[in-house]
Amino acid sequence: MRACPEQYDLISPGDLPSVLALLANDPGKWLPVAGGTEVMVMFSAGKLPQHNLVNLWSLPELRQIRVLEDAVVIGGGCTFAQIRAHAVIAAEFPLLAQAAAWIGGIANQNRATIAGNLANASPAADSPPALLACEAEIELISARGSRRLHYSGCHLGYKRTILAPDELIYALHLPRRFAGWRSYARKIGTRNAQAISKVCIAAQAKVTDGRIQAIRIGMGSIAPVPLQLSEVEDLLAGCSVDRLPVVESRQLLNAAITPIDDIRSTMEYRRHVAGNLLEECLRTLSEASQ
Amino acid sequence: MKCDLSQGAGLQQRIVGTSSVRKEGVAKVCGTARYIDDITLPGMLFGATVRSTIPRGRITKIEFDPAIPWHEFAIVTAADIPGSNCIALIQNDWPCLAEKMVNHPEEPILLLAHPDRHLLPQAVLGVHIEYEPLSSIHSIAESERKDAIVWGADNVLKSYLMEKGDVDAIWARADYIVEGEYETGAQEHLYIENNGVIAEYSEDAGLTIWGSMQCPFYVHKSLVQLMALPEGKVRVVQVETGGAFGGKEDYPSMIAAHAALLARKSGHPVKIVYDRAEDMAATTKRHPSRTRHRTAVTKDGLLLGGEIDLVLDGGAYSTLSSTVLSRATIHAGGCYFWPSLRVRARALATNTPPHGAFRGFGAPQSLFAIERHMDRIAAAVGIGPEELRRRNFLRPGLTTSTGQEIPAGVDLDHLLSRALAISGYSEKKQRFEQQNPGRARKKGIGIAAFLHGAGFTGSGERRMGSVAAMDATSEGQVRVLVSSTEFGQGTNTILCQIAAEALGVDYDAVHMAPADTSVVPNTGPTVASRTAMVVGKLVESAAVEMKRLLIEGDYLSEPYATADFQHAAADYVKREGGLCTEGRYEAPPNVHWDDEHYRGEAYGAYAWAVYVAEVTVDTIDYRVSVDDFVAVQEVGRVINPVLATGQVEGGIAQGIGYALYEKVVWDKGRMCNNQMTNYIIATSQDIPPIRVYFEEVPYRYGAFGAKGIGELPMDGPAPSILNAVSHAAGEDFCAIPLLPEDVMEKLVRAKARATEEIPA
Amino acid sequence: MSCQRMTMTVNGDACMFEAHPMERLLDVLRETLGLTGTKEGCGEGECGACSVLLNGELVNSCLVPVAQAANSQVVTIEGIGSPGKLDPVQEAFLHCGGSQCGMCTPGMIVAAKYLLMCNPKPSREEICEGLSGNLCRCTGYMRIFEAVEVAAQREEGEAAT
Repeated sequence: MRACPEQYDLISPGDLPSVLALLANDPGKWLPVAGGTEVMVMFSAGKLPQHNLVNLWSLPELRQIRVLEDAVVIGGGCTFAQIRAHAVIAAEFPLLAQAAAWIGGIANQNRATIAGNLANASPAADSPPALLACEAEIELISARGSRRLHYSGCHLGYKRTILAPDELIYALHLPRRFAGWRSYARKIGTRNAQAISKVCIAAQAKVTDGRIQAIRIGMGSIAPVPLQLSEVEDLLAGCSVDRLPVVESRQLLNAAITPIDDIRSTMEYRRHVAGNLLEECLRTLSEASQ
Repeated sequence: MKCDLSQGAGLQQRIVGTSSVRKEGVAKVCGTARYIDDITLPGMLFGATVRSTIPRGRITKIEFDPAIPWHEFAIVTAADIPGSNCIALIQNDWPCLAEKMVNHPEEPILLLAHPDRHLLPQAVLGVHIEYEPLSSIHSIAESERKDAIVWGADNVLKSYLMEKGDVDAIWARADYIVEGEYETGAQEHLYIENNGVIAEYSEDAGLTIWGSMQCPFYVHKSLVQLMALPEGKVRVVQVETGGAFGGKEDYPSMIAAHAALLARKSGHPVKIVYDRAEDMAATTKRHPSRTRHRTAVTKDGLLLGGEIDLVLDGGAYSTLSSTVLSRATIHAGGCYFWPSLRVRARALATNTPPHGAFRGFGAPQSLFAIERHMDRIAAAVGIGPEELRRRNFLRPGLTTSTGQEIPAGVDLDHLLSRALAISGYSEKKQRFEQQNPGRARKKGIGIAAFLHGAGFTGSGERRMGSVAAMDATSEGQVRVLVSSTEFGQGTNTILCQIAAEALGVDYDAVHMAPADTSVVPNTGPTVASRTAMVVGKLVESAAVEMKRLLIEGDYLSEPYATADFQHAAADYVKREGGLCTEGRYEAPPNVHWDDEHYRGEAYGAYAWAVYVAEVTVDTIDYRVSVDDFVAVQEVGRVINPVLATGQVEGGIAQGIGYALYEKVVWDKGRMCNNQMTNYIIATSQDIPPIRVYFEEVPYRYGAFGAKGIGELPMDGPAPSILNAVSHAAGEDFCAIPLLPEDVMEKLVRAKARATEEIPA
Repeated sequence: MSCQRMTMTVNGDACMFEAHPMERLLDVLRETLGLTGTKEGCGEGECGACSVLLNGELVNSCLVPVAQAANSQVVTIEGIGSPGKLDPVQEAFLHCGGSQCGMCTPGMIVAAKYLLMCNPKPSREEICEGLSGNLCRCTGYMRIFEAVEVAAQREEGEAAT
């Protein structure tokens, strides 16, 4: 443990308006911490530059999952254990339920929050590809009010999000229009559990009369930000499942991604495997029985 | 649980051979076992180490950041060392603290102590050291080429030449000459408990060390020299140790020396416990290796002879490289009969923290090479891998590569047949070959056959002259006194079982004395798979002697119950003033070892094994998963089936990591993936069903027939898995760790060659 | 920043202590409260040696700032059975060889208890998943899986009586 706890402050204002007021008064001073599964790792390594933290863990306003008629609204402070266990999410958003099961081990799932996963903005984060494939909207909140935008607009670059210094992620809105869609998700990590992703894909498609009506594909760990493969999606829309343009899809994928060499894997490996996963995805989605 | 002993020798004992409950098990499952970081002494300070940030160079300046209140700290440099600035092991070239030169990243330079643990990391960063960097070397190839001379005259820490027969004469007669090069990487022990120690020093009482360690007397010996103290003024106590695997054989002497120096300087007890990042970056690893085989074979697949060139990367100082190299050399030929063989072995220096002991100790490296090579030979000759092995197995009457005659009872043929039957090898091999073409997920099955010498090499045991003792209290409580330590493998349990058996008392009536150098005799280090076989025998002797004294002194007569024994022992103690017996090591007859020419009886006994791995190679993500693992071994005598099975399963899990997951990523000699997030060991979801089977051919000179088993299971997984992967993929994989990235590279290249996109 | 007064219920006992809010729950348990059964293996939430139950949920205590555990219920290995009266999981670990060096054992037993609380009759696969956040370097996990199965059967047997 390389940090000196007495040099840090963690305050618990206790309710959301107080937290937002704090962030508004001193933008950039207070680092929000919820489950701590990222922040505390940096802290323990002696690598947390921010010494003032504000506690989001106990805020009930952020912890609800609401099932509305046309959307499921997941509070930013919901843990992946909560998300995984939720019956409607498991039934209608299997990609997100699967992503939740990919997070660390059970102990990490009990603490890691969806907002934390997004705000930390690692390109290897497990939930973004599913959120992209589910056309999620992200709701941001501050003392100035709230705003909603398509999740795909959230990431500006490597570890940079659209959040203003006084903003928190309030909720994720998932539209309930994927009933009957076929889904495919796969994460390639360094091992079967407790693994940071090397490549990750989440996809779902609406198939009627042997044709792809619509398809959504999200991918992680192959660019500085999570990617939605819009060009591949456009190419595939309307195609017969018996004659999917696999080669061309793979070429479009190759043009869209910018994988790197790092401590866990290589650029070449990520590129090859991303292409292989896309092929397997298309193969799987085109099979009748799901 | 099912521990398969169906092929046992049928020896019936009351306690030996049963799964007595772990002696210290209740404390462990209740969380009351006390490891070094659970212990605090009054007035204790915490210590930390300032380490080199460069791989090689001269220290030119040391400055202390004025922002730190240095007057609150105890500070130790090499100048504070009262004796010799070295951690004495074998060659004594390992500095305790660097003075002018540093030879590897993380080399200790300076020590700090302070009452507040939390202030130390910033204080360490507050010591600014400047260096004049010198050129450094970071691979076997660079060291061989002598890109720089970083050790001795030629970077060679140690070399051996082992020869049998007339190697030069065989090539002309060969029908096939098969060559191969095999590489293994470093491996980190990753014991769940990091290295830790507490030292207390005073002029009057001397030095006391408590710590996580395998060998209290090794630490004792190093500290006597470092601190220039008489032997009676240094006391070393092993406390509950959370895993070791060889990583706490040599390194504890270093951390103990650091704590001792700080304790002496500050006048307070000092605790040093590493965090994971420091432990991974700064302490020893398994020696990386490169082995080249050149083998002459007949058209029937018989080995005529061969040359083996074996190189280990020893790191910056010699430490244990000479003995690791020795075992690697002796095991280089595997479990086969070589009419002639030449092994040239060298350990070379590089600028990385010194590599050290790790379960297997050179044998996993050598056996990986020979077992991969046997499959290559099989392919060249056109014989099945199992058949090739059968034709060349050592058998009773044949001699090993050191000229040691194989005794009756060794039956690799049988072990192989059994392993093949249990694993369904033949049927699966055929089925996989038929079904693989056109499938994305390809299956393979592979074999490794091997041996592992138990105990110290050659004259090592004789030179050590180990002593075990037993004593009784005035209440008749019986204790085993040995310097052998418990670190999970079951030392406490099996030695108490052996003693109880020999004394004729209940298991619960025998206890272990603490592994405290002021209490126990020197039974040698807890290494080399010697505890059951060698130490157990000494304990058995001491117990037999204790029983004899009581019976011949008329304190006890047979038959007796445990309570009778205890009364007798108590009586004896009251009347005679004490009851203490010893067992002293005696070399078995006909064990002669020539250290100079590397010939003779290298080990008193070998354990023998055949492992079979079944794998899937997924050509979508190039990951290898082990689907089933069968381990058949002949180990003399299984003292405790649950413990023995656990040892084999644990060793296999480590072997799977060695083969497929555990890559040390180096950046100019420094481990840069020194976090559990990035150094990958198997989780519970990465392990196949592991099926363990024991056979027993008792070894006369081992306790109740036992041979060593602790390290054996480390040798088989990597070669059997890589043989299976090569079978599945139709490509030859010769280096570990084999990561998906490596599999991809090879398969993509092979595919490109096949479609003639790139030249071969 | 200065120490704060906090309360926590640990193994059923109300505890009052002073701590800096960013002290790790792990360190407060071990150093302030003297409960050294919970271990540190990595400090980054990978090995699970620091596993405890926080308000009935399995967490890695090295990643929890103690301020977030204020007014909470914490269960550590010390709250599960005792040398005189072992919990069925502890009994099973003892007899099946689920503990070798013992360093991962407290966290592993807490995780096993949590698994059985959530799922009293887990399949082998579910056991593997439930324990995937607890690394063991000694056992190769096989004896641990068996211990959990034995404990599950015994608890099922006891529940039936």
